[in-house]
Amino acid sequence: MMIATPESMFFEPPLALQSGASIRAYQVAFETYGTLNAAKSNAVLVCHALNASHHVAGVYAGQEKSEGWWDTMIGPGKPLDTNHFFVIGVNNLGSCFGSTGPMHTNPDTGRVYGADFPVVTVEDWVNAQARLLDALGIQTLAAVMGGSLGGMQALSWTLQYPSRVRHALVIASAPNLTAENIAFNEVARRAITTDPDFNGGHFYANGDKPETKPKRGLRIARMIGHITYLSDDVMNEKFGRLLKDDGDYKYSTLDVEFQIESYLRYQGDKFAEYFDANTYLLITRALDYFDPARQHGGDLSQALAKATAKFLLVSFTTDWRFSPKRSRELVKALLDNRRDVSYAEIDAPHGHDAFLLDDKRYMAVTRSYFEGIHAAIGGHP
Amino acid sequence: MSEAAAQEAIAQLVPKGARVLDLGCGDGALLAHLQATRGCSGYGIEIDDTNVQACVKRGVNVIQLNLEEGLALFGDASFDVVLQIDTLQHLRNAETMLQETARVGRTGIVAFPNFGHWPNRLAVLMGRMPVTKRLPYQWFDTPNIRVGTFADFETLAARNRLKVSDSFGLQDGRAVRTAPNLMAGTAVFKFSR
Repeated sequence: MMIATPESMFFEPPLALQSGASIRAYQVAFETYGTLNAAKSNAVLVCHALNASHHVAGVYAGQEKSEGWWDTMIGPGKPLDTNHFFVIGVNNLGSCFGSTGPMHTNPDTGRVYGADFPVVTVEDWVNAQARLLDALGIQTLAAVMGGSLGGMQALSWTLQYPSRVRHALVIASAPNLTAENIAFNEVARRAITTDPDFNGGHFYANGDKPETKPKRGLRIARMIGHITYLSDDVMNEKFGRLLKDDGDYKYSTLDVEFQIESYLRYQGDKFAEYFDANTYLLITRALDYFDPARQHGGDLSQALAKATAKFLLVSFTTDWRFSPKRSRELVKALLDNRRDVSYAEIDAPHGHDAFLLDDKRYMAVTRSYFEGIHAAIGGHP
Repeated sequence: MSEAAAQEAIAQLVPKGARVLDLGCGDGALLAHLQATRGCSGYGIEIDDTNVQACVKRGVNVIQLNLEEGLALFGDASFDVVLQIDTLQHLRNAETMLQETARVGRTGIVAFPNFGHWPNRLAVLMGRMPVTKRLPYQWFDTPNIRVGTFADFETLAARNRLKVSDSFGLQDGRAVRTAPNLMAGTAVFKFSR
């Protein structure tokens, strides 16, 4: 097993944000795996989605079950092979896993940010990631890669820093969110903000006042999210109408009756323990706002004209949250611009979650793509 | 038609430096050949997972798509050449795809197994569907759902008002220009709108 070591870098100068606000004196948490070659041409940046972090692969020394969230994809001998590539996992601003977020102290006021943490966008995250790469002495990425919201960051890299990205792997992603998708995010946000413990986002411990985490809201937000990441088929296969306890119905409206209820409650409880409510609001908002075509009158082809990278796009047939249709829109816009693009549509049953799972076809096509990149930078098989 | 000579015979029809769309590109061998020997660029369309991966491995751009869903991703005359090599016989909507080929490409090149080839005629005359090296499948288990002849395609092309600029048969990697409907296992047509 590859051992991962979290690192952190401090940035004093202000980072201008898309909203017009800025953030200064912030930390960015990251991990690296593999070795940067002498030409510094083998760096791959991995961007995370809603509830993940910089810990993309490997395990922490002495900690059981501490595998990174994309450990199936990344590591020695894996599709993104750390024997060939220098892989960087980065935690985004506003997160709750190490980079500066709403639970930290605002250097301008000396108080915890809470709800005052500035709204951050996909573009802001990419700018912060670019600063980290500058500090690491990496000018050009062999590839940038991400799934879902992470895929949006990978795409945005090719638009914000076209000359710094040779390849982009955009997986189970979309050029923007549909109304239905924003709607799911809004329900989750309302669950959090209407929790009495939310306290307008200022729920952290303050002087004599103890922390009041809005766990009820977070639980429900997670339950909704979780439903949308699965497919009807997979849920039926896993749970069907199985009852939690054997035997007959309890004829109760309050007790857990079906196994799916039990599962969702468990997922919600687990999530509410480790995730931050303000982070959830910030990250879902970043999802909502992402829309590179917006500045081009909705013309995605025009928006993607800036991208010069080569692309691999992957979608999953049962993913209804980031459906193949959305990936095809990206494919079309890239074709319109005559860019190098390959697109795999994997017939997997697992819904949106498929991008985190170990599907043979998905792994094989990604592996082949990275082998090509490795060969192009002069690596040996 | 995996033989190198047949591949080269098709490649000869593609102008140097052409932007090519290969419908049903298989493992991407032809596109890779066109890129390497004729400076072409472009994309393959393929439905099969293993073939998609093979294309990516070769460094050939590939879009995983079911051709039966049409070519809505592609604009009119957005390619110099659209290839349909051993693809037509697998398509339910073969005529629509022929029209789409002519719409998307300034030139279309179609190759398919010619059922008019004499061994096939002989088999049918004997009362049996042909099973040959070129058509290795039994009638009840064949992906070739459209069986047509060289002569049939001439009629189909005329019906769709396609201008055929060249047509010939291919047999053992060689062009057959005399009585191709009888003498060649493969029919090749080059056409435009």
